[in-house]
Amino acid sequence: MTSLLNTSRPPIFCPGCSHDRVVHALDESFQQLGLEGHEIVIVTDIGCSGLFDTFFNTHALHGLHGRALTYATGIKLARPELTVVTIMGDGGLGIGGAHVLSACRKNLDITLLVLNNFNYGMTGGQCSATTPVEADTSSHFLGQLEAPLDICAVAAAAGTRWVKRCPASSGELPDVISDAIGYRGFALMDITGVCPGRFSKYNRRASSLITETSTDFSHIPPPADVPDGTPTERIPHNEYGEAYRLRSASADPLVPLTPVDSAHSTTLSRPFSILFLGAAGQRINTASEVLCLAAMLGGSRVTQKSDYPITVLRGHSISEVIISPEPIHFTGITTPDLIIALADEGITRRKKMFATLSSETSIIVPDHLELPETPAQIVRLPFKAHGIRSNQSALASLSVVAGKTEVLTEELLDRGARQRFKGALLADALSLLKRCSSIQATN
Amino acid sequence: MSDSSYFIDGNEAVSRAAIDCGCRFFAGYPITPATTIFHHMLTMLPSVGGICQQGEDEIASIGLCLGASMAGMKVMTATSGPGISLFSEQISFAIGGEIPIVIVDVQRLGPSTGSATKGADSDIQFLRWGNSGGLPVIVLAPVDAADCYNLTWQAFNLAELFRSPVFIASNKEIGMTRESVQTDHLTKPEPISRTLFDAGSPPALYEPFASPSGRKVPDFLPIGNTQLVRQTSSTHGPDGYITTDPEVIGKNIERLRDKLLDHREEYTVFETDRCPGAQTLIITYGISARAARESVARLREGSRSVNLLILKTLYPVPEELLGREIAAVSRVVVVEMNLGQYVEEIRRFAPDKTIDFIGTMNGELITPDEILEAF
Repeated sequence: MTSLLNTSRPPIFCPGCSHDRVVHALDESFQQLGLEGHEIVIVTDIGCSGLFDTFFNTHALHGLHGRALTYATGIKLARPELTVVTIMGDGGLGIGGAHVLSACRKNLDITLLVLNNFNYGMTGGQCSATTPVEADTSSHFLGQLEAPLDICAVAAAAGTRWVKRCPASSGELPDVISDAIGYRGFALMDITGVCPGRFSKYNRRASSLITETSTDFSHIPPPADVPDGTPTERIPHNEYGEAYRLRSASADPLVPLTPVDSAHSTTLSRPFSILFLGAAGQRINTASEVLCLAAMLGGSRVTQKSDYPITVLRGHSISEVIISPEPIHFTGITTPDLIIALADEGITRRKKMFATLSSETSIIVPDHLELPETPAQIVRLPFKAHGIRSNQSALASLSVVAGKTEVLTEELLDRGARQRFKGALLADALSLLKRCSSIQATN
Repeated sequence: MSDSSYFIDGNEAVSRAAIDCGCRFFAGYPITPATTIFHHMLTMLPSVGGICQQGEDEIASIGLCLGASMAGMKVMTATSGPGISLFSEQISFAIGGEIPIVIVDVQRLGPSTGSATKGADSDIQFLRWGNSGGLPVIVLAPVDAADCYNLTWQAFNLAELFRSPVFIASNKEIGMTRESVQTDHLTKPEPISRTLFDAGSPPALYEPFASPSGRKVPDFLPIGNTQLVRQTSSTHGPDGYITTDPEVIGKNIERLRDKLLDHREEYTVFETDRCPGAQTLIITYGISARAARESVARLREGSRSVNLLILKTLYPVPEELLGREIAAVSRVVVVEMNLGQYVEEIRRFAPDKTIDFIGTMNGELITPDEILEAF
């Protein structure tokens, strides 16, 4: 095979830089694997290692600091046939830590080469996430206060099955890179090397510091065949892209939007607003939806706004429904025509409103609930006496309202329920509606 | 009269439009009030052979999209204000690297984490300027669920046409409000895809950022094509390699600006409602436009003349349109659900006119009555 090096843009590193050796090792590895340029994408980020994509005649994406793995993931998912090689330094490793961990857990078929020279070379030799505590850097004592990151150990713990540290100076480097690229899954190589321009300047013992650091990491699991009992053993081993495609191939067919068809024009003479004041778990949203669907089946326009906290089954649940013969512009309700007050949580939330109402507003309320002082007309309903449970009260209220206001007929409510529910749920809903239609107010 | 309508919220409308116009890659990170877009896309994309991803954070989510877009897919992400903050550096990349992407911002009340379940048009200037370099972007602002559908479709077409990020500036009050949408109000124009480079025979060299004569948008080839493709976030020449040549740099950056500004009036979406003899113009957008429509109707019932301009393309600022509409009146009332963001764009046009501003940021909708107080 021929070299994929871009002869018009030869590597331009500081004299003695270990990156230069990696460029040639990577080229040798591409040749070993028989890859052509258009079958490869090199994804890089910022720093000296970020120059790599310019040295090769391959596809290239050079992006933001630490984010190379994010682009690589998108590319590999979109084009599984591509060989994706991501290159970052120990700087990108630190700043993009979350993406490295995610790639380890995901096991998408990407090769990550971390060009680890133990400092930020391009910006002047500051400490990085991998700087040994004994080292001097332009960050002065700051780097000596933090433990260096052992990326191989971290990657193994995060689920990567192929992890290896290899010095840039090693004669085996091309073979090891080929193994990493050949591995069908996420492979991470920590390629240690010397930064002669910065790290060596501050550290006369630079080489020995790096060697000592490397040997400190001897407990890292060997590549590919992770022995029994390591944390990675319990991790699903499937290549992510393949697993994703397998799962999504059995996805249900796309369900188109269901239109609500109305055979006739609305008989509603004016816009009508209904405010549900309830609590989570009372199926306020569901009842609102039934009401809206019923109104739409009757040829009206509707809007429905909800207000509820982030908790489930606790706190208020408020729904504002507007039903109108004309298109609805403003979706808020300042003065509701009808309030369906079903729980203290919702009532308390809108407490201030009650005094501002007039007798034009009707309030439907189960007779065990207290309401704030209000000039509105109150209709008290003996829900408890009729055995209506809290989570039935919203739908039950609609049944009571149906036929007593021009906004909702019994027939439309029945059709709205049929549009909303199916099977056993529909049977339950219809039976509830029937049972509640005869409930008489207690006041 | 028979009638056929859907009962959907803005977030579902956005998602449906994306699927219908060919989006096959979505990545997002859950955040109220945008989360349901992620869930809709996750329900639908596998069914049409697409890919939906939950990124480890917002930075990753948009990064995945940029990678997939460079591999040739139509992509979308969705978030709210705090996520836009995290997107920022990647938005700059999409601008400079000319990577098509639709970014939905279902805005909530800021600043910072603010209120997860309260609406506001918090991010209007942020969407325009929240990138390094200050180059233009396209920002579309829906008024209702039908707009969410139609403008999302439009956003994909513009993103592909101009190879640019396009924002949908939605709002909790639109994204999470369900309403009846007449089926024939959803429009489905011809989907546009980025123009592919035609190498010819023998194949010409592909320069990823060279724009053909007469056009200011480079032809596209996906990463993975048989001809090599380069993409870079760094300052580059037509060949996609870093350059330090001031002439090349200057020309390229001016092209990035001009490709959007040259055609802005062509893709400006708006609604005008003029009334003979009106001396006052209400300019608004987004959810507040709905209160404004009602205010205008009430004013006219009282025989008061007033003009209404609803902007649905906020950026690039439609200068000709604004100039024309403002010239016809002596007073402008700007209504927006914040403490005054887009009003600054209006003020630039009308130093000699009275500009009144109506805006609140308390989680509540601006009401028609509040607008009428200005009359």
